Amino acid sequence: MSIKVLIPTPLRPYAGKQSVIEVNAQTVGEALSGLVTKHPDLRKHLFAEDGKLRSFVNVYLNDEDIRYLSKDSTPVKETDTITIVPSVAGGR
Amino acid sequence: MALKIPVRLFDQLRQHGEATYPHECCGVLVGEFDESGGKLVRSVVPCGNTRTDSLANRYHISPSELVRIQRDAILAGQDIVGFYHSHPDHPARWSATDLAEAHWTGCSYVITSVENGRALLSNSFLLLDQEEAKHFEDEPLKVIEN
Repeated sequence: MSIKVLIPTPLRPYAGKQSVIEVNAQTVGEALSGLVTKHPDLRKHLFAEDGKLRSFVNVYLNDEDIRYLSKDSTPVKETDTITIVPSVAGGR
Repeated sequence: MALKIPVRLFDQLRQHGEATYPHECCGVLVGEFDESGGKLVRSVVPCGNTRTDSLANRYHISPSELVRIQRDAILAGQDIVGFYHSHPDHPARWSATDLAEAHWTGCSYVITSVENGRALLSNSFLLLDQEEAKHFEDEPLKVIEN
């Protein structure tokens, strides 16, 4: 099953300059694995050395944070969209 | 390379900083990258500051807002090109916290100083390089006609 992954602007240089990439997956984890298999340069920007998502990388399935679903095991449907967004914060 | 922004949108983000004073405001700049690496802002999307513990000197945009804004931008053939926030009673320069919490390489971070409730200077900083070597560079901010 093919689902869409939306790539944020800072990661596009490592994803063939594409904003939307389709991957075959049954779960969120499979989708992310498929993504870094297609675009290996993305791996270090998404995952820490222990294989977990980097702390500032958020992954959403439609409008839900996968941390509040079943994380990598969250099942996906063909109509779903996975969105990757780095966090935005700061202050004086 | 420069960040170009129509005057009405420039006024909008500065007024946001005045409206939330003495708290920090924050929001997203949506638009287009041009071939030379410059950017044109097409819309300004004000966001809520989710840092309820320290509103006067910290900001955080909810990832769920970013997801919606990014999705809408891509559907419209545009992109997130940057972000803005205010520094209440503090200069319009990036701070160590701003750099530590910046992760959108290639995007602009616009900071407006707001003193006694009035927006003064606005500066843009371009985030460059990968996470381990990231740094801000001063970026020309060109306010253009609507």
